[in-house]
Amino acid sequence: MSVWDFIITNAPALAIAVPLLGAFLTPLIYRAGRKTALIWVLSVLGFTEFLALLLVYLVNTYGIQVYVFGGNPSTLAIPPDSGGIPIRIIFTVDGMSAFTALISSTIGLVAGIYSVASEKGRGAQDKFFALLLLLVVGMMGMALTGDLFNFFVFLEINSLSAAALVSYRIHGGKAVEAAFKYAVVSSIGALMILFAIAILYGEYDALNMAMIAERMYQTGFSAMDMIAMALIVVTLAMKCGAVPMHYWVPDGYGEAPGEISAMIMVASQASLYGLFRMCFTVFGLSANTHSLGWFLIILGLLSMFIGVTMAFLQHDIKRLMAYHSVSQTGYMLLGVGVGLATLGTSAFNQYGLFAMEGGIFHILNNMLYKGLLFLTAGAIIYRVGTSDLNKMGGLAHTMKFTAIFYLIGALAIAGIPPFNGFVSKLMIYESVYQLNPFLAVVAAIVSMLTLASFLKVFHSAFMGPKLYNVKEVPKSMLIAMGILSFFIVLFGIFPNIAMTYLVAPAAHALADPVGYITRVLGGGA
Amino acid sequence: MMNPFNPSISTPSGIWNPLVWILVFLLSLLIAYVIYLKGEKQRKKGMQEEIFLSGNKADGNTHIKASNIGWGYLEAMKGYYKLMRDIHTGIINDYVGWFLGVLATMLLIFLFWGGVR
Repeated sequence: MSVWDFIITNAPALAIAVPLLGAFLTPLIYRAGRKTALIWVLSVLGFTEFLALLLVYLVNTYGIQVYVFGGNPSTLAIPPDSGGIPIRIIFTVDGMSAFTALISSTIGLVAGIYSVASEKGRGAQDKFFALLLLLVVGMMGMALTGDLFNFFVFLEINSLSAAALVSYRIHGGKAVEAAFKYAVVSSIGALMILFAIAILYGEYDALNMAMIAERMYQTGFSAMDMIAMALIVVTLAMKCGAVPMHYWVPDGYGEAPGEISAMIMVASQASLYGLFRMCFTVFGLSANTHSLGWFLIILGLLSMFIGVTMAFLQHDIKRLMAYHSVSQTGYMLLGVGVGLATLGTSAFNQYGLFAMEGGIFHILNNMLYKGLLFLTAGAIIYRVGTSDLNKMGGLAHTMKFTAIFYLIGALAIAGIPPFNGFVSKLMIYESVYQLNPFLAVVAAIVSMLTLASFLKVFHSAFMGPKLYNVKEVPKSMLIAMGILSFFIVLFGIFPNIAMTYLVAPAAHALADPVGYITRVLGGGA
Repeated sequence: MMNPFNPSISTPSGIWNPLVWILVFLLSLLIAYVIYLKGEKQRKKGMQEEIFLSGNKADGNTHIKASNIGWGYLEAMKGYYKLMRDIHTGIINDYVGWFLGVLATMLLIFLFWGGVR
């Protein structure tokens, strides 16, 4: 077997193994010097990005990829002597998994490039980069696994590494407090998920998502299933920052370094992925998806409105952006919630699927523009030394590139054409309008308030007289911001590229739980 | 096969083509420039070009701070923001309380609306 064949055959496992090995070796390699360690970390992140792209290609070309750890061959999901049960850990990569893996690895790579300069001179960088890689492992693992307990393990890796990174800059104890809150909330959530997994395991003798979904469909949706579903859905909604369980978001995002805020924001999207995976694939065939969809829609509406109105109140740039993350998550919940509420009806083909595509496209767009905005906030704090907008002003005089990047991110998040945010918002407005016009009206008002809020930041930080005699940020930070800006413009002008290769396959994969189950239980080949 | 030069997205009630939007935007900029060229050439120098903030003459160093932006909106929404501030306590016990509250609500919704598909 050639190296290329080995990579293609084992791509799902390598997408986890490479950053995991990278994380544990980073503290050792750091002993050879910072430059060597940075080359190592960026190489690992770059290779992980390549693997994520490879997974997207494989899924788009050959369909759902099933990878069985220890299986011979690696696609043997149900061995002949297993009694028809998938007994090993199985990764199941469909369009939605590959999509989430790609956004996770992309933000990891961009954050890595940004950190080259932004963390220079700070202590414990070996641990910082090790944790950064572990966070990528957590996100990728949540996206790729088809096993519920495995999902819980990766969720824990995600939460622990994120909490440690939030407290990386102690900031007079504030960062530690934020990390503590994040850790407590995450731990309680993880316990609830573990409890739910125990319920499902007790009922169905299986941990594989496809197997549980199939058996639940055969035996009917029980009261215990309902409890398990509520535990999982509400916990993952909390982890993705949905109102009224969003309180940890401004604390966590606000105190983390800029690039880590961007990463935690995408880590929350991994929880959102988990939420959608459970709602559609595990419970979608058996539970009342209409009620479940409306539950997500209501959470989405609350998140959009309360997130944006709270953001406008803030004068701390990071907390302001954190509240906007809550608001943007609302759009995604709204779009995919409409898809879920109409699943199995004629309305699904009329507008439900399109709403889902809008919601999923918004996940990609949010990763790009929100990631960019967090990086620009980090760049401002890097130079000015404060996150208080009241103390800022006139930065566009000297930080011209940062100002341009900020403006691109701000216009994109506000849904101004021709940037990428407009396309996904248009898709959401038009489709949710057909379910209930009130939903589209709220979404449009939220978009206007978003623009107002980001204009406030632009005016406060960049406009006005020159208050600080600061230089532009170092090149690696500009490159990281430039990469995200490029894709914002690209997907704004050519949304069909993202739609064809990433968004539509992801939406169709979610909407087809039978295809997912059949692929795993049918032998995986 | 996807045509990268045709970025149209069909929506339930129409179509979105960013290239057309850019063309229209550039055209509108051109029209605006033509109108500008046809503007009043005899405008007075001096006071008409000076900056005023709320009727007061502003020097070049005036800068409105973030907390003062949107004062009218915040004042109009004072009741709402008081409620929001009261809810956002920053206390971890409350965070967990809200989580449990939503969990109970979801269970009640499914209990009354029916959980089975």
